Amino acid sequence: MKFDTPAGQNPIDQLKVVGKPTARVDGKLKTSGTAPYAYERHDVVANQAYGHMLGSAIAKGRITRMDTSAAKAAPGVLAIVTALDTPKVAKGRFNTASLFGGPKVEHYHQAIAVVVAESFEQARAAAAMIRVTYVKQPGRYDLAALAKSAKLVSASSDEGTAPPEVLRVGKFESAFAAAPVTVDATYTTPDESHAMMEPHATIAAWNGDKLTVWTSAQMVAWARSDLARTLRIKPENVRIDSPFIGGGFGAKLFVRADAVLAALGAKAAGRPVKLALSRPQIANNTVHRPATIQRIRLGATRDGTLTAIAHESTSGNLPGGSPETAQSQTRLLYAGANRLFALRLAELDLPEGNAMRAPGEAPGLMALEIAMDELAEKLGMDPVQLRIVNDTQVDPEKPDRPFSSRQLVECLRTGADKFGWSKRNARPASVRDGRFLVGMGMAAGFRNNLVVRSAARVRLDKDGVVTVETDMTDIGTGSYTVIAQTAAETMGVGLDRVKVMLGDSDFPASSGSGGQWGGNNSTAGVYAACMKLREAVATQLGFDASRAVFADGRVIAGDRSAALADAARDVALIAEDHIEYGDLDKQYQQSTFAGHFVEVGVDRFTGVTRVRRMLAVCAAGRILNPTTARSQVIGAMSMGVGAALMEELAVDTKRGFFVNHDLAGYEVPVHADIPHQDVIFLDETDNKSSPMKAKGVGELGLCGVAAAVANAIYNATGVRVREYPITLEKHLEKLPAVT
Amino acid sequence: MKPFTYERAKSATDAAAAVARTPGARFIAGGTNLLDLMKLQIETPTHLVDVQDLGLDRIEPIDGGSGGLRIGAFVSNTTLAADERIRRDYGVLARALLAGASGQLRNKATTAGNLLQRTRCPYFYDTNQPCNKRAPGTGCSALTGYSRQLAVIGSSAACIATHPGDMAVAMRVLDATVETVKADGATRAVPIADFHRLPGTTPHVDTTLQAGELITAVTLPKPLGGTHIYHKVRDRASYAFALVSVAAVVQRDGSGRVAIGGIAHKPWRVEAAEQLLPRGAKAVARRLLAGAKPTRDNAFKVPLVERTLASVMADARGDA
Repeated sequence: MKFDTPAGQNPIDQLKVVGKPTARVDGKLKTSGTAPYAYERHDVVANQAYGHMLGSAIAKGRITRMDTSAAKAAPGVLAIVTALDTPKVAKGRFNTASLFGGPKVEHYHQAIAVVVAESFEQARAAAAMIRVTYVKQPGRYDLAALAKSAKLVSASSDEGTAPPEVLRVGKFESAFAAAPVTVDATYTTPDESHAMMEPHATIAAWNGDKLTVWTSAQMVAWARSDLARTLRIKPENVRIDSPFIGGGFGAKLFVRADAVLAALGAKAAGRPVKLALSRPQIANNTVHRPATIQRIRLGATRDGTLTAIAHESTSGNLPGGSPETAQSQTRLLYAGANRLFALRLAELDLPEGNAMRAPGEAPGLMALEIAMDELAEKLGMDPVQLRIVNDTQVDPEKPDRPFSSRQLVECLRTGADKFGWSKRNARPASVRDGRFLVGMGMAAGFRNNLVVRSAARVRLDKDGVVTVETDMTDIGTGSYTVIAQTAAETMGVGLDRVKVMLGDSDFPASSGSGGQWGGNNSTAGVYAACMKLREAVATQLGFDASRAVFADGRVIAGDRSAALADAARDVALIAEDHIEYGDLDKQYQQSTFAGHFVEVGVDRFTGVTRVRRMLAVCAAGRILNPTTARSQVIGAMSMGVGAALMEELAVDTKRGFFVNHDLAGYEVPVHADIPHQDVIFLDETDNKSSPMKAKGVGELGLCGVAAAVANAIYNATGVRVREYPITLEKHLEKLPAVT
Repeated sequence: MKPFTYERAKSATDAAAAVARTPGARFIAGGTNLLDLMKLQIETPTHLVDVQDLGLDRIEPIDGGSGGLRIGAFVSNTTLAADERIRRDYGVLARALLAGASGQLRNKATTAGNLLQRTRCPYFYDTNQPCNKRAPGTGCSALTGYSRQLAVIGSSAACIATHPGDMAVAMRVLDATVETVKADGATRAVPIADFHRLPGTTPHVDTTLQAGELITAVTLPKPLGGTHIYHKVRDRASYAFALVSVAAVVQRDGSGRVAIGGIAHKPWRVEAAEQLLPRGAKAVARRLLAGAKPTRDNAFKVPLVERTLASVMADARGDA
């Protein structure tokens, strides 16, 4: 099904199942501990051995010798594969550093050996017995020190031909110089770790030259092609199975060392091998959200109209790596005639930076939305009103290109009303509640909606059960449930008549989970397949498909009616289709919007900040399932609290690694940090996004939250902090004296 | 984890003897710290002597009616924090315990084990990095590395690690005593002030316990009265180690005792500083932290100690 004109009325609009608050169809499996996660799939293949990764002990240099004699002789050891004794693996299309290093070491904890043993403990103990001799080389680890020498990279998403340059609209410098009210400030965001609950884990088994991996991958098709490329085998010889994923946040978008090492270890041992990265290995072996240094300049007239906007961001990565595109949302969020955007990238020898939930927008809004708060204060203007005044309904770089739907102003107005924003005292440090300085802050939220091809296969059997098969993944988001709702709605059956099978590369390739594109695109693909199945059903029953109504397990056309199951009485009906997109995302800018409102208390003695209440108002197209969508948003709000107050991978700039590489050192919020959270979804359908008229929501909930917290802290204390996370030492000595 | 042998001792003296005669042996109680360290090969005992059957799981009045309590070494943190006598007469201890770890960990963690928990310095936890506490003579990575959590006072050129616990800080302010037994049956009573060491040139030695010496109990002297406060400052609201903590017992006349956690290799108490309590937090903090040598990363702990003391004193006055 090609989607190239705005959607008209279609079966999804019945909203008998879609759009209804619906508990997860897989909830019972998860709450009873019977959902099969990768490392626990004891039943999929017999005789599983255990693998353990050895990571490099240095950040940069060469391995000259690996002595495995003691490890080989250790109890239970079946096989050892080292970087020096195996042909070099290829680099995947999506990887910057090799997933199996050596002799060159590109970063700390880069995989350099895998040990396979009868037990997990034996494999781990033997890995520690491998003696590695390194020649260290000096590395580059300090982004702040290297920022000045960072090179310009393209700040436009129109990639390809043009050389990197500063992106300009109008004349920024003269407009900024002429503006009566300006902000010019630099903000920093730290390296962050995904810290998902389930570590990277894989079971790998070979059958001749065919490889099966049971793993935890957000993008099954990418995992298949990149694992094949890395191992130099044919993609058709690789099967990926990833039905349940214990969180990813982008860390599992691409194949990681667990899959590569399990496959290499299984080959060497001649047995299936299971391997999980241990928690202390994850921060440095895998990927993280890169730190940024962002300079923002805003110029406005006295009535608050933005006349000049500049957003420049510097980040670092391994040679060949990508920048963090922290300027991206600023190109689209506010009007303003004169604009300048630049991205700079420094080469670092730290582990690979890559996508983490809302890459670009999340750190970008952390800076931009403080800058807007600073501008509002200089203008003596309400921060909500400043954003409303500068709303745009068109792409500011291409004024003839409207947004497909954009209710930012409604999000902000609704949020201000429901949160009691009018009670906020605009004068900082003027509200106290016992030991706490109390403040309110807000920020706009913005995240693009991406359209991606997505396929599915659906089968109707003689019992009237509709089975959906797609390689779509459920990373905790609720994919099983919204896909089941889509199939039930389209085929006119109840949820109890739908079975959803996900995450297997033998199934049609879906959008996968990432970039908040999974919900809208994967359900659109299922809708396309179901519409094809409806045709097959109608043909089988001798009905006119265009007039047939599918409802209550029956098919009705005119005065004729039949049970849906009758169509499959003799043989199951199978239909496969995909959604693919025309250029509606070029004609229209497709984005999602939010207003975030936060109240904090800052301990006037110790400077510790605790969030007191939070509200998000979201406009993100049709909400397919308000229950799972709300869970997405409150989880993202919690992540935003972490980004604002505590999350930071601490860099040892001398030795070149993230020091706090476990969950004791890298703190994420616990229940006690998260107060009551409210989420409001505005009633919206977007007929340019897909037949579902939905958009993404899973990342929107994060975008802007940290800045709202930061602005609330400023309102509480009167001390502006521009370096995240806002831990107590960032403002302690500027707080009012205590005795 | 390296292979090890295991036994369950039947008496305290037997346990001490078993550890004393077996090179590389360690006691194990709740195991909440030791097992983690064994998995990472930071601790590599060859033999474990389990002390759960020694009958050290009671909280009893001290003989002679002095008004104090004897806390068995194996009493869990949960049990201790919930004990009516502790809650009534030693509130600072109950509060410190409940500020530590998580409910699950407190159920397993014991009184003696809590005293013996090892530092949480991230370099101690990473066996690729030099660390004088883990591998004597290799150097201190933290001194030139990331040190936000680490010590500001009492540290040395060899080590800037902190004692990470909360319970010991409260015990320090209460002047608890650690009771031990050795393989030959000899017993000792070590004042808590002398139990944890400063790192000096031998940071791998955390305490003044001798080889094979087993903690059997911690005793608390008679109740002090006053207002008991434990204020733990941390980035997140629960399940985090202290940046700074203050254990305090403040009397109605404004006199009292304070001990500080999170800033040194041992709970930090300077009795002379307490004399200055009536003069306010600044005076106390200045005396407490005389000679402090913070790093760039943890210099904030110096003003934080003062402000946390001010908070505790305001709480004691009832006007925070």
